Amino acid sequence: MLNILIIGATSAIAGEVAKRFAAEGARLYLLGRNTERLGRIAADLRIRGAESVQTTGFDAKDIESYEQILEKAHASLERFDVVLVAHGTLGDQKKCETSVEKTLHEIQINAVSTIAMLTIIANMMVKQKCGTLAIISSVAGDRGRPSNYVYGSAKAAVTTFCEGLRGRLFKSGVHVLTIKPGMVDTPMTEGMELPPMLMAKPEQVARDIVCAIRKKSDIIYTPWYWRYVMSGIVHIPEKFFKKMSL
Amino acid sequence: MILHGWGRYPTVDGKVYHPASPDEVRHLLHSHSDGVTPRGLGRSYGDSSLGGHMLDCRRLDHLLAFDARKGLLYCEAGVSLNDILEVFVPKGWFLPVTPGTRFVTVGGAIASDVHGKNHHVNGCFSEHIEFIELCLDEERILRCSRDEHPDLFRATCGGMGLSGMILSAAIQLKQIKSSFIDQTTYKANNLEESLELFEIHEDKPYSVAWIDCIAQGRSLGRSLLMTGDHAENGGLVPGKGERFTLPVDMPSMLLNKHSIKLFNTLYYHRVSGTSVSHRVHYEPFFYPLDSISDWNRMYGKNGFTQYQFVIPKAAGKKALSDILKTIAASGKGSFLAVLKAFGKRNENLLSFPMEGYTLALDFKIEKNLFPLLDSLDAMVLDHGGRLYLTKDARMCQETFRLGYPEWTKFQNVRERYGVRRGFQSLQSKRLGLD
Ligand SMILES: Cc1cc2nc3c(=O)[nH]c(=O)nc-3n(C[C@H](O)[C@H](O)[C@H](O)COP(=O)(O)OP(=O)(O)OC[C@H]3O[C@@H](n4cnc5c(N)ncnc54)[C@H](O)[C@@H]3O)c2cc1C
Ligand SMILES: NC(=O)c1ccc[n+]([C@@H]2O[C@H](COP(=O)([O-])OP(=O)(O)OC[C@H]3O[C@@H](n4cnc5c(N)ncnc54)[C@H](OP(=O)(O)O)[C@@H]3O)[C@@H](O)[C@H]2O)c1
Repeated sequence: MLNILIIGATSAIAGEVAKRFAAEGARLYLLGRNTERLGRIAADLRIRGAESVQTTGFDAKDIESYEQILEKAHASLERFDVVLVAHGTLGDQKKCETSVEKTLHEIQINAVSTIAMLTIIANMMVKQKCGTLAIISSVAGDRGRPSNYVYGSAKAAVTTFCEGLRGRLFKSGVHVLTIKPGMVDTPMTEGMELPPMLMAKPEQVARDIVCAIRKKSDIIYTPWYWRYVMSGIVHIPEKFFKKMSL
Repeated sequence: MILHGWGRYPTVDGKVYHPASPDEVRHLLHSHSDGVTPRGLGRSYGDSSLGGHMLDCRRLDHLLAFDARKGLLYCEAGVSLNDILEVFVPKGWFLPVTPGTRFVTVGGAIASDVHGKNHHVNGCFSEHIEFIELCLDEERILRCSRDEHPDLFRATCGGMGLSGMILSAAIQLKQIKSSFIDQTTYKANNLEESLELFEIHEDKPYSVAWIDCIAQGRSLGRSLLMTGDHAENGGLVPGKGERFTLPVDMPSMLLNKHSIKLFNTLYYHRVSGTSVSHRVHYEPFFYPLDSISDWNRMYGKNGFTQYQFVIPKAAGKKALSDILKTIAASGKGSFLAVLKAFGKRNENLLSFPMEGYTLALDFKIEKNLFPLLDSLDAMVLDHGGRLYLTKDARMCQETFRLGYPEWTKFQNVRERYGVRRGFQSLQSKRLGLD
């Protein structure tokens, strides 16, 4: 039976991952800012088979609170077998371009908060010498594009941070998984005019995540074809890339 | 956003909202007091779930409580029947009533008061609902049941989303020992034999017949009747899920008189003797079409409509054969024609089933289809029958009112609870339910 901490547990993707673990009888600890919704999610996961589900309010903006929240979670679960970091925002790129405040807010939620979280959790996991730290980054972090480079650069920071962390924690037997989803049909992308053919379902992404946790993969793209899409995009020379409207 | 129902006809360009909590539903009702349309998984065929402002239930999809002793499940309206099966079949519980697809929501199943192959013994979906929580407007969330606001309960079950937004419901599940079904298929050479088979097998919990609606003359109404019951053993094995997707619209030319005839003939001769029995998993038994996702694209880009009517038992054979003859003569017959004997009607104001026979068949949308369907409407009404609202995309106000004489009571309940303006759909406007 696994002890699982989920940060940003009201996320659609995280929710589907939680259902999978619940069906196997996991003990879950959920952090999120919407506690009313967390309550309903917890009820749902219990019925689906989770041995226990606890919830705690958490706002990514409030970095001061992290240490205490995480210690409480660790004390309650006794051990983190899996930690999934899922919170994030996809802000309005256009608005960010004319607002320092909005830009820094995006960086704050998507990069700074995640990195702060990981710094604390990493040390807890080093002590327990086992477990998986799974972080949802994004294909958007693989290359900066005019349409979403604020979000993309935050995710790039997370990806690089995890790369380094993986090497460090590897020596303590802790597995670090970087998850790079493509476009997923979740509240985050709601209302955006995206090609339906390229929109993955959160269920499908969750299946890939659980599988990667089991296999102890280092980096996954989900759905799989994004690995090839991104490897193409990454190799376009900058002098052409800058002229493309992506 | 352009949306359509399962038949891909008609389409609407409307706004879709995805409330994630009862509070968000209340706020949306406040800001759209001139009318919203609840929407589940869009498996109704026509325009029941279409409107200018649609409230999609996909984020109201939590199981809220389960009484494992009684098998009573309390869940949000956006939970799908597929989800319920996945979680509860391994625990030995099954849906009390299920339509021919598991990709519908609890809210949609209540709003259409759906029936399954066991209607003759277990009635409609609503008959297994303990209570419903219904959001009427910004301020009111009412719990309704047979004891609390019974008038609203009777209007909401089968009420096509026109009496409020269902937020959650309590459903009585049914205990099973196995996820398998013992199925027997019987062959009937004509309509008379088909109807006789329903009589003979009326004690079987599940029964449905597949009718070859192209066959004429002495073979008119020949069919395969399938009966089934939950097996006593074999294990509680979950289903395998979907397998195959139709990625593009098929050219609708592929579906013509000859291909349908060929299909019908092959299917009918699958059963060589008078009956065959085997044990099958519940998935192929209840949901044969769910193994092909997006099969609705088969009818081409203009879409299709399903014509489903019921006629009272007394009108039985005569009415059915008149209607079948008209369809066969038109040459527009369909791939699927499903015949079922219904049990007694319930007290809901707009529920479709009544004691008698129901036939459902698909027609691709093409020129001259609607005049044919209009003439079928007249025959159905003549015999005291009616059409199923959740399949309908085209009937006229007159046909609706004659088929559903309790529509005035339905309007009165909506008036009494002040929801007439707040809940509408393309269909309700077409049928004069505004
Ligand atoms: C392959 C197939 C087989 C089928 N077989 C059967 C069958 O055997 N028997 C049968 O009875 N039906 C059958 N149906 C029809 C289907 O069961 C109904 O149309 C059902 O209502 C669809 O549910 P949905 O969640 O997709 O709802 P939608 O199609 O999205 O909506 C249907 C109606 O319910 C209302 N509604 C949805 N959610 C709510 C809510 N939360 N509150 C209030 N109103 C709401 C909508 O406004 C609309 O009027 C079949 C459909 C298909 C595609
Ligand atoms: N959807 C995609 O196409 C896509 C693609 C690549 C990567 N991703 C990444 O996948 C992860 C999950 O996103 P999703 O697609 O599942 O979208 P989602 O359902 O919108 O989830 C986003 C989550 O972040 C939470 N959150 C946002 N700001 C927060 C804050 N200040 N404090 C606490 N929590 C906060 C949200 O909480 P509330 O519920 O309270 O709003 C929500 O739970 C994100 O990291 C996202 O960047 C998504």
